[in-house]
Amino acid sequence: MIEGLEVDRGGRRVLPGISLSISAGTVTGLLGPSGSGKTTLIRAIAGVQIVAGGAITVLGRPAGDPALRPRVSYVTQAPSVYGDLTVRENLRYFGRILRVGEERLEEVIATVGLDDHAGQVVNTLSGGQRSRASLAAALLNRPELLLLDEPTVGLDPVLRASLWEMFGELAAQGTTLLVSSHVMDEAAHCEGLLLLREGRIVFDGTPDLLRERTGSADLSAAFLRLIESRERGA
Amino acid sequence: MSLQSTMATAARVLEQLRRDPRTIALVIAVPLVLIALLKWVFDGQPQTFDRIGGPLVGIFPLISMFLVTSITMLRERVTGTLERLMTMPLTKLDLLAGYGVAFAALATVQGVIVGAVSFLLLGLDVAGSELAVIALAVLNAVLGMALGLLASAFARTEFQAVQFMPALILPQLLLCGLFVPREQMAPTLETLSWALPMTYAYEALERVSTVGELGARGALYTVIVAGAALLSLALAALTLRRRTP
Repeated sequence: MIEGLEVDRGGRRVLPGISLSISAGTVTGLLGPSGSGKTTLIRAIAGVQIVAGGAITVLGRPAGDPALRPRVSYVTQAPSVYGDLTVRENLRYFGRILRVGEERLEEVIATVGLDDHAGQVVNTLSGGQRSRASLAAALLNRPELLLLDEPTVGLDPVLRASLWEMFGELAAQGTTLLVSSHVMDEAAHCEGLLLLREGRIVFDGTPDLLRERTGSADLSAAFLRLIESRERGA
Repeated sequence: MSLQSTMATAARVLEQLRRDPRTIALVIAVPLVLIALLKWVFDGQPQTFDRIGGPLVGIFPLISMFLVTSITMLRERVTGTLERLMTMPLTKLDLLAGYGVAFAALATVQGVIVGAVSFLLLGLDVAGSELAVIALAVLNAVLGMALGLLASAFARTEFQAVQFMPALILPQLLLCGLFVPREQMAPTLETLSWALPMTYAYEALERVSTVGELGARGALYTVIVAGAALLSLALAALTLRRRTP
């Protein structure tokens, strides 16, 4: 739940006052071209962004509240894991801080499909494997809200599909997910869609509503049509 | 503050060091080579070797831990792991104390090996207890670590972090009295030296090496070194931000 959020980064207003809410237990896609403010919005919800104005309520508390730390996980676009440790050593460290048991490590390793690489030093993994290791660390504490910044970038289509399937399963178990992407095709996997352009929400609704409103079956084309019609209107 | 998070952090930092045996080898071998070189340089003047060598055994860990810590923390800031930790239920104190425990452990290994080789093999002679020199070495290592954690906040790249060593540590080494007694310095420099933490580290070591015991003054200086370490840890904690622009 966000009201009138304003954020400045690098002397520029990135988010000029947006309001939105995300329903619990769903996968919401945050889509938009790069530079549209997706990362800034996610950072603000995670409580790591200094904001200029507005109020963000996450799970009933202000974003960044210490009580939210065990309940919210944020995965940055660049994998934030220790490159000189193995996948399992990384997870063991984060797991100790999050107070989860050893058996949970193996569960999340299996969830992200890194069973064969758990004993491998992260620096020797491929880019996609590294980002899955980073994702695994975010799953350790079974977060109620999972914020994922471009988790499917650079992954092959098979892996991409399996990740989206996993996001759906997590949502079915009650987790709320906000997943950013700049690939419009991925919108089809989401129950809710937020389209962001130049820091403003240009669409907030279901994929079906977007298709209906624009009369386009293809979501990529629908996005284009939406922007065209808005610009004509303005 | 939680003991579990502190110890988990210490274990993680030590695991990272274990993956990098060359760094451990350098941390131990470099001071050994330099002390051996010093012995050779002052071959004809064993008193000079004793006067400089004793305190040097206790000062080395400060320099090596400053370097190793500032780079480790900088990496943590640059790779985003610090940001991840800051979104987790981990206090800043847990993180810094974890670093402290890990590097104090490394400094103890360094101090014991460098001390043993210097005192037993190279014939370095101090008036007081050799163990006291090694204990002060570990304390100085903690000071070096705390200064390194603080310095890492002001570096954006590893090149910058490395340059902080000559910028912040070398002047202290020149002014602490190791090379020239401070009474013989220009009054401005002598006054300035009282503001630098390494001066107190050196004075305490110097008392153990030449007088033979710490005494009340030396004990006070030791407390000042510990205080300086705590102060820079507190300042370093202020540079760890949960929210960034």
